[in-house]
Amino acid sequence: MSYKIVVLAKQVPDTRNVGKDAMTPEGTVNRAALPAIFNPEDLNALEQALRLKEQNPGSTVSILTMGPPRATEVIREGLYRGVDNGYLLTDRAFAGADTLATSYALSMAIRKIGGCDIIMGGRQAIDGDTAQVGPQVAEKLGINQVTYTEEILSLKDGKITVKRHIDGGVETVEAPLPVLLTVNSTADPCRPRNAKLLMKYKRAMAPMEMPQDGTLPYAEQYKKKPYLTVTQWSVADVDGDLQQCGLAGSPTKVKAVQNIVFKAKESKTFTASDGDVEALIQELLANHTIG
Amino acid sequence: MANFYKDVPELKFHLNHPMMKRICELKERNYEDKDKYDYAPQDFEDAMDSFDRILDVVGNLTENVIAPNAECIDEEGPHCANGRVEYAEGTKVNLKAMCEAGLSGMTMPRCFGGLNFPITPYTMAAEIVSTGDAAFGNIWSLQDCIETLYEFGSEDQHNRFIPRVCAGETMSMDLTEPDAGSDLQSVMLKATYSEKDGCWLLNGVKRFITNGDSNIHLVLARSEEGTRDGRGLSMFIYDKNQGGVNVRRIENKLGIHGSPTCELVYKNAHAELCGERKLGLIKYVMALMNGARLGIAAQSVGISQAAYNEALDYAKNRKQFGKTIIEMASVYDLLATMKAKLDAGRSLLYQTSRYVDIYKALDDIARTRKLTPEERQEQRTMLKLADSFTPLSKGMNSEYANQNAYDCIQVHGGSGFMMEYACQRLYRDARITSIYEGTTQLQVVAAIRYVTNGSYLKTIREFEQHAPAAEFESIMTRLKAMTDKFEAAEIRIKEFANQELQDLVGRRLYEMAADIIMSHLLLQDATRNSDLFRKSLNIYVNLAESEVEKHAQFISHISPDDIQNYRTTSQTEKAE
Repeated sequence: MSYKIVVLAKQVPDTRNVGKDAMTPEGTVNRAALPAIFNPEDLNALEQALRLKEQNPGSTVSILTMGPPRATEVIREGLYRGVDNGYLLTDRAFAGADTLATSYALSMAIRKIGGCDIIMGGRQAIDGDTAQVGPQVAEKLGINQVTYTEEILSLKDGKITVKRHIDGGVETVEAPLPVLLTVNSTADPCRPRNAKLLMKYKRAMAPMEMPQDGTLPYAEQYKKKPYLTVTQWSVADVDGDLQQCGLAGSPTKVKAVQNIVFKAKESKTFTASDGDVEALIQELLANHTIG
Repeated sequence: MANFYKDVPELKFHLNHPMMKRICELKERNYEDKDKYDYAPQDFEDAMDSFDRILDVVGNLTENVIAPNAECIDEEGPHCANGRVEYAEGTKVNLKAMCEAGLSGMTMPRCFGGLNFPITPYTMAAEIVSTGDAAFGNIWSLQDCIETLYEFGSEDQHNRFIPRVCAGETMSMDLTEPDAGSDLQSVMLKATYSEKDGCWLLNGVKRFITNGDSNIHLVLARSEEGTRDGRGLSMFIYDKNQGGVNVRRIENKLGIHGSPTCELVYKNAHAELCGERKLGLIKYVMALMNGARLGIAAQSVGISQAAYNEALDYAKNRKQFGKTIIEMASVYDLLATMKAKLDAGRSLLYQTSRYVDIYKALDDIARTRKLTPEERQEQRTMLKLADSFTPLSKGMNSEYANQNAYDCIQVHGGSGFMMEYACQRLYRDARITSIYEGTTQLQVVAAIRYVTNGSYLKTIREFEQHAPAAEFESIMTRLKAMTDKFEAAEIRIKEFANQELQDLVGRRLYEMAADIIMSHLLLQDATRNSDLFRKSLNIYVNLAESEVEKHAQFISHISPDDIQNYRTTSQTEKAE
């Protein structure tokens, strides 16, 4: 049995090695001072996806990323490790997206790709730390989701069995396909770049990265080798509604950015019942976490 | 370190040596693979870009996987159970990562699944890996045994074995026996042809075999019954899948703990002949050893680099008498000298690998077409240079690795003597480099003919024709004076026409040649990039000049009459 797998990956500023100039005086992230990297937990997800591909011959793995043209780098990093192709969602109208607008855009792209069996991403990105995008994409697509994935135990008969990392232990769950998984940093690390794939794909580029003045090195290679041109989609290409994209589609407004020390030691478990969700919202409003 | 390749700019400098253009052109046969394989380079710049990127992968893997595993592997070591080797956990992780990265069979042609890399960038990868963990460097870099199988094996053997090595299977070279160490002519492992089995059967014992439970072994064995010397030995390929070779034990060693050194028992092990009978030692093992010696030189440079890194890091942070110790002359003298030896040794290593690259690439071309007279001349010249530089590179770099590991501990002071710091592992790991694949004393034996036949002198005089940068003209003058002393010493010894005297001072002549050659190479490097090499050049020439003077003094006073003074000691001991 072969599967169509899509990995959601994000290019993020490397907030793990934050220097003095990591923040601007205005309190926003100084992206120029931080190297752009492949979001670490997305790499964990990529490894799980590549293993599924190896175990299920004929399967394909694609990388889907939204960002400026330079975010194609995460697609190249995927190609160097064994993914089959990539999709770059790039458009000025996508800029300034919060998690809602991001998950909208990603879900539209996944619809456009079509026929996906398994969608995977990291639990969260190290720049926003929200852990919202994966679940929201699943909701928008109306498919099952398994968060905090640590290991995929089996994939057969249209069902996936997953070990999830939960508070105080692990839980084994089964879900029918199609499914969206978010993967924890505790899952196995991603494999290294492969020498042959690196040499094969090193010049892969999205059209917007290519100079238009005739100075593109080895230009003739792009005609001979279609895999060197990365698919690039705009809002229109994925039939997106402009009102739901980018800043326009983002209800989140950043009030301030500040350093916090994460103190919570306990966790609470809620069911998906309306009552539980309502109670959680009331609690978060009361302690001003939201609102 | 953040990346073991990028953080050592000297590596990229050596990668970008002008000779690489010729090397790539030969190795890529004018880029004939460019439309056949999607990972083949289009042209020289493309090839160089790929080397740079792949070395970056190696540097990254060394940083993130190999170096962090080194300490655990050193403590755990491999185990032996039921005749098999079980690697330390970290070794398995390392091997898997290197395999996934496709860094196996790097120098093999693409038709076998290789990367078709020249020896030079491959050697750089070996150096980088050894900087992270010299013991793992052994296991991984034994892949270069495949060069010998490629050079001398049949087409059928190529097709069966090379793709397996390119896919990550490991190799070993089974040469040493309990009674045949440096003296490989005494090898007794018996090879008999069995008509019944249609193959050769190997019986006997091998000892001190690095990675002895590998997948594919090259074995030196006595195929000619009744012979006792090297002419009765042939080389065989033993495939572990055949069975018949068991690991009796793993040696308990001073260093390179992660690298299993095995005693092997062969019981009717099925094997196949590689190349022709009787050429095992005199031709194939010599080729194998030359490759392995370059590998040990790379491992040594890696250890030297690691020792320098550790020492520098400690000296920058350790405060005594109200200041960091790196500000004290006695400490920065140690560090600067370590760096100078490291840079000089590395220049020698890659000069050697470039010579090897050109002659091997021409050798390979000669298998498919006749070389032009110019190419034949080039091949002969490069082969001779490679053969004369290899023992210098192996001997000097392994001695420098030991000296640098010693000085690394010295910079650490008392802390260096404690097992908590990496410097103790480097010190133990370095120790083997001047012993295996031929002791330094045997490197001198291999090199001395190039002293006496004037090869080194000729090379050095040719180096004098390389115009130095204006700022280094005085250094060139000093090098010429050093060479005059070397020439005088060599003439003096030759005039005595006494073999034993020559053997007695061989090491000194060898070092004089090596010191001068490394000085010249650093001078050429500094002429290309003054910022990167100026300091090391100045320091190294100060050192080399005084070494040459020391040896010259010694030789100017020695005569055959002195031999008895040296011999008496050992004879007295024997009498007791």
